[in-house]
Amino acid sequence: MAGPNEGNRPLSPHATIYRWPLNAVMSILHRMTGVGMALGAILVVWWFLALSISPGQFRLADGLMTSLPGDFVMVCLLAALWYHFCNGIRHLIWDTGAGLDEGSVRRSALAGWFGTALLTAGSLALISNGI
Amino acid sequence: MASSSFRTDYNRVAGLGSAREGAGHWWAQRLTAIALIPLSIAFVFLFGSTLGEGREAAIETFGHPLAALTAILFIAVGFSHLQLGLRIVIEDYVHGRKLAFTLLILNVLLCWGLAAVGVFSVARIAFGYAG
Repeated sequence: MAGPNEGNRPLSPHATIYRWPLNAVMSILHRMTGVGMALGAILVVWWFLALSISPGQFRLADGLMTSLPGDFVMVCLLAALWYHFCNGIRHLIWDTGAGLDEGSVRRSALAGWFGTALLTAGSLALISNGI
Repeated sequence: MASSSFRTDYNRVAGLGSAREGAGHWWAQRLTAIALIPLSIAFVFLFGSTLGEGREAAIETFGHPLAALTAILFIAVGFSHLQLGLRIVIEDYVHGRKLAFTLLILNVLLCWGLAAVGVFSVARIAFGYAG
């Protein structure tokens, strides 16, 4: 980083000034939703553990996950799962060598957003008696 | 192959490259991703429609062999996929050597540990030993 002649010269504007390219947004969101779902994985394990231990433990886990903030977190996790699901399918298709030209990448990104919205809304509607 | 290559014949024929693991990680990530396509759909609907429905309903749902198997496979394959993904994230973004190694080790231990707790809990419920 620190070269000998860096001095106090002005820098040309770089990373922070440009609009995020769609592909960069899709890619970083894939990682963020993946890391975020680590929390979901812990919650799911806690719920099963509590269910296997005692009614009191289950009330605590299930109650927290179906409280108002709990519902918010679970819906966010559901959307994260469907985003990662749709974008992951894009990656699997790319792995075959297909769909890598600019137009296809753009179209599949939009399809991924559409799929995320549809799957999130659809799965919520099907399971929403719990919310 | 150029005679100036420093790679041994064995190294070349093993096809594992300079990192000595070849495409193992890449392949495992794709394999678990493909398995998670049907598993996550099934698990979201099972878990989502059971969450907040009370302990009896939860025990009844996951007392069914197919539901228990779905949950066990989702937890096992899910944590395997999570571990592979978190490893890449740690390798890419954590630059301190000590911290990176610590996180890489914790990642494997916690993912295996939580997966074991999850699988064991579901099995305990399915076999009728919920406390």
